Amino acid sequence: MPRLTAENLQRARQLIALYPQPRSALIPILHIVQEQDGWLTPDGMAHAGELLDIDPAEVYGTASFYDMFFTHPVGRHLVSVCTNLACLLNGADELLEHAEARLGVAPGGTTADGQFTLEEVECIAFCGAAPCLAVNWRFFGNIGNEDFDRLVDDLAAGRLADDVPPHGTLNRVRRRVGLSAAAPAPAEDTDAPAQARPS
Amino acid sequence: MITDAAPIVTARIGNPQSWTLQSYLDNGGYDGVRKALTMDPSEVQQEVLTANLLGRGGAGFEAGKKWGMLAKGETKYLVINGDESEPCTFKDHMLLEEDPHQIIEGTLICAYAIGASQAFIFVRGEFALGLERLSSAVNEAYAFGAIGRNILGSGFSIDLVVHPGAGAYICGEETALLESLEGKRGYPRDKPPWFPAVKGLYSAPTIVNNVETMSNLPWIVTNGGAAFAALGIGRSTGTRLFSVSGHVKRPANYEIEMAKHTFRDLIFDPKLGGGIRNDNQLKAFVPGGVSAPWFGPDQIDMALDQDAVGKAGSMLGSGSVIAMDDTTCMVRAAWRITRFFHRESCGQCTPCREGGGWLDKIMRRIELGQGRESDLDLLLDVCDNIAPGLGWPPQKTTICVLGPSIPSSITSGIKMFRDEFLVHIKDGRCPFA
Repeated sequence: MPRLTAENLQRARQLIALYPQPRSALIPILHIVQEQDGWLTPDGMAHAGELLDIDPAEVYGTASFYDMFFTHPVGRHLVSVCTNLACLLNGADELLEHAEARLGVAPGGTTADGQFTLEEVECIAFCGAAPCLAVNWRFFGNIGNEDFDRLVDDLAAGRLADDVPPHGTLNRVRRRVGLSAAAPAPAEDTDAPAQARPS
Repeated sequence: MITDAAPIVTARIGNPQSWTLQSYLDNGGYDGVRKALTMDPSEVQQEVLTANLLGRGGAGFEAGKKWGMLAKGETKYLVINGDESEPCTFKDHMLLEEDPHQIIEGTLICAYAIGASQAFIFVRGEFALGLERLSSAVNEAYAFGAIGRNILGSGFSIDLVVHPGAGAYICGEETALLESLEGKRGYPRDKPPWFPAVKGLYSAPTIVNNVETMSNLPWIVTNGGAAFAALGIGRSTGTRLFSVSGHVKRPANYEIEMAKHTFRDLIFDPKLGGGIRNDNQLKAFVPGGVSAPWFGPDQIDMALDQDAVGKAGSMLGSGSVIAMDDTTCMVRAAWRITRFFHRESCGQCTPCREGGGWLDKIMRRIELGQGRESDLDLLLDVCDNIAPGLGWPPQKTTICVLGPSIPSSITSGIKMFRDEFLVHIKDGRCPFA
């Protein structure tokens, strides 16, 4: 199971430097873990804990509170169909049913080829275009059954790769500024834990 | 007839590349903070008090008064709430994607006025594009000299961090948001002692304000608080963004002058909601997010005024109006809202955690045709255990207001559509299925 790569470790350290208290960086670092591996691996979570000097159980206990974090593998494309009120009023139950049939999985399930995980989600604040869904948190609105099929075909064929990065990649914009004063000097061995921990 | 007041927070939306620094600067961007930095912080605060800017997050508390309650201390934080999660509210999502510099500029003005040591913008994790646009805008604003040391040559320094959430409705509640920002589970904190203005982020005095609230500040500083207060009626000043959704022909966000319009305008005006789809009849509407009790067609001429709506037993809340036409099964609608609250309960308080689950199960069986005659009384009894007396605003038995919001749709449904509930139970099936 992978730990953070040297580059991602550097990103994590830069995040820690942004906050008055290191633990505030936990959720942003977990997003990096999920970006790297597609889900929160035990080793990835343990590494995040080492960087912040908190126990793996604390990391897991925090991660498990949040819907966006997966502690098991999911597909390359996380298809999140909203069924909350505005979408319900505009046919979301029918859309979800169609999505289940098209992908051959129930909400929570992943297709055998690992391409798609389907989930039913609460309102994703795109109600002007109900019924709507998100793929890896990129939004698609006014989705009828044919639109859904076309979307799945395009995703499977890689035609939307620029707009929809793999699951886990949330924010592709790196903070370029404001770090010089706060960031610690780069460690010699970037793969080592930030500090020794009692065993 | 909608008034012709010029938009404030959506003025730049629709401009090409409205989210970029260049587009923002071409349209008066960062003029507000430049002016604010020439004023004394107390003068900036006074302008916002004069404007009587009501918080746009849901509670509607005066922003200037909130700032005045900030405890004294060396270290003070400013946290902007962009965790928009109230179902059918999608205005902050739009502001984050379309005009992130306006949010940054408002945040800088507020940070200067309250003397914040550092500012954080907490963005709902699901808003990937919003996070990217805001992060790019922060990079641009740093390079431009509007964030960081000695901003715009004023001597005032402030760092601004964009913080992503990770998916939890409850983190829109300000104390849960602060717990989450500290890297923990999003559990709301007890008030007292955890009033953020006294004991907030890392136990330091903290101001938590909504994204739309911040977006109003550049205009207020540039044009003056009195100009803002001249819009609207009485205590409800300025303009406000309403998210209109459901069975309207033109679901979208609309910025209109406060209190001068009615729900009828919002739902039926050709420039706004445009009427009900297929020209069906309006059956009911939710006036302010799914936490709010419902209104019927007989209340449609009520003004969009938070005090008037409050007196009538509901709230303008997050500014989301959801229209439901006569094809809607009200049991199903109420059940979906109940299921949402059950799923999003953080689990700290028994009435919310257990009561939400009970209500979800009872609503489910009624909708699926397995309801019992005693179920309506049982629903109301469980609701009464969560929010004793079932009045408005609801009594609290829990740390935060999520729990007391659960009964709204059920009590509204039973009060307004009792026969529809009974038909489900008597016929053993949903009449709309």
